[in-house]
Amino acid sequence: MQYMHKYASPKFFYTLAGQLTPWMAALTALLLVAGLYLGLFVAPVDYQQGESYRIMFIHVPAAWMSMFIYVCMAGAGAIALVWNVKLFEMFAGNCAPVGASFTFLALVTGSLWGKPMWGAWWAWDARLTSELILFFLYIGYMALQASIDDPRRAARAAAILALVGVVNIPVIHFSVEWWNTLHQPASVSKIGTPSIHPSMIAPLLLMAFAFTFYFVAVVLLRMRNEILERERHTTWVADMLESTKP
Amino acid sequence: MNWTEFFAMGGYSQYVWGSYGLAALILILNLYLPLRRRKTVRRLLREFLRLKEQTR
Amino acid sequence: MPGFLKAIGCLLRRDLTVALRRSTDVLTPLVFFIIVVSLFPLGLGPEPAVLRTIAPGVIWVAALLATMLSLNRLFANDHADGTLEQMALSPHPLTVLVLTKVAAHWMLTGLPLVLISPLLAVQMNLPESAMGTLVLSLLLGTPVLSLLGAVGAALTLGLRGGGVLVSLLVLPLYTPVLIFGAGAVAGVIAGIDIEAHFSLLAAFLALALTLAPWAAAAALRVSLD
Repeated sequence: MQYMHKYASPKFFYTLAGQLTPWMAALTALLLVAGLYLGLFVAPVDYQQGESYRIMFIHVPAAWMSMFIYVCMAGAGAIALVWNVKLFEMFAGNCAPVGASFTFLALVTGSLWGKPMWGAWWAWDARLTSELILFFLYIGYMALQASIDDPRRAARAAAILALVGVVNIPVIHFSVEWWNTLHQPASVSKIGTPSIHPSMIAPLLLMAFAFTFYFVAVVLLRMRNEILERERHTTWVADMLESTKP
Repeated sequence: MNWTEFFAMGGYSQYVWGSYGLAALILILNLYLPLRRRKTVRRLLREFLRLKEQTR
Repeated sequence: MPGFLKAIGCLLRRDLTVALRRSTDVLTPLVFFIIVVSLFPLGLGPEPAVLRTIAPGVIWVAALLATMLSLNRLFANDHADGTLEQMALSPHPLTVLVLTKVAAHWMLTGLPLVLISPLLAVQMNLPESAMGTLVLSLLLGTPVLSLLGAVGAALTLGLRGGGVLVSLLVLPLYTPVLIFGAGAVAGVIAGIDIEAHFSLLAAFLALALTLAPWAAAAALRVSLD
């Protein structure tokens, strides 16, 4: 129990986060370089889609992140609700902008990928439509947080919303898939993942991991800012600001 | 390594580079904003603490 | 537990009575529903074939929007005069009280929509064979809308900009109901088998009945603290 208190203390986390962030950034950079190299230079041209399929190395990891981050957000929110741990509240709240960014990225790259394939900027394909609804869910979450002044109420309300959202996401996915198979004319195919050549898997995974470490780095940065603000009345913050001149 | 070919991306250059460019933009922005915020927060807190000392 | 059932009956009766006294609150969403559906022919032209194609979607979306409009009535009035806090403090489980309020809300909002939908279906040139499906799909779907809406209303209790915010929160969650509700009606016109649609709508209803009151009660406690 004492360990819990120690790890859950904002001061401890602030220091820990400060130490972790450079490592996260370094890992991100490394994995990005590796992923981009393999994705842009090594992976062969797809015989169906030509060079345009390379958008996949951005689009698919971004889509994965958009889902993963929402689940993290909901999970952290749940822990914050049940055990009342402020750090998890902060974590959940700070996930949202990054998650929304990845969702937006997935949407736009999906559109850019689709244009040469379908000839139209938007074609209501199942995956893109699900991503769009997920984007709305993120926006709603952020709007709710922003509308409530009391940080405690904001975090707890947002946590409930995220939990309701996370339960709904599989339902929405399934519904949109079904809706899509019904309405999609045979000529327009899904943004098919091209027949996966093994040399395509590596860059895909590398980019996914790069994005993950990036996500952690960004959330840690944001949380450090929030901790400073929230803990401004404490002595440790005052001491720390004293000792470290700009 | 034929660079012109690379940048042309088989005729799809605006789509591919548009995507990678947007990704770069978003990654940079999401890093830049908290870092800038950090500077602001520290400045504001220093102000706040200074005022707290004065009005003690 | 005589006290418990009595409390539910009381609450139901009270909500219905209060709402019927303030009948504008009840009628406005209904009129909105009618007006919105009527706007589409005005916007798209009265071509019968076009109207028939868009009818299921239009009627369903209008139902969604009309439900959204009515949500603020669910908790706001009770919150304003302190009744809501009393309910939260009462020995009866808040989850059940919420369910009762949502039931009352649906009887006054969802049910009228269901009952008036045939008229609108005629306006939109929906074939008679699809009428029954429309009514049934709305009958199964509108309670889900009320239930999910209750969660949104509970979360945004007392917030400025509450009305639009609730829409933002809840409309994405409505999409599965919309897809299968409107899909059922469109399906029956196209002659495909719609048993799956209704199974799913029923499943959504069951899921919403079990989970939504609980989430809404939790949200109320968060908002009332």
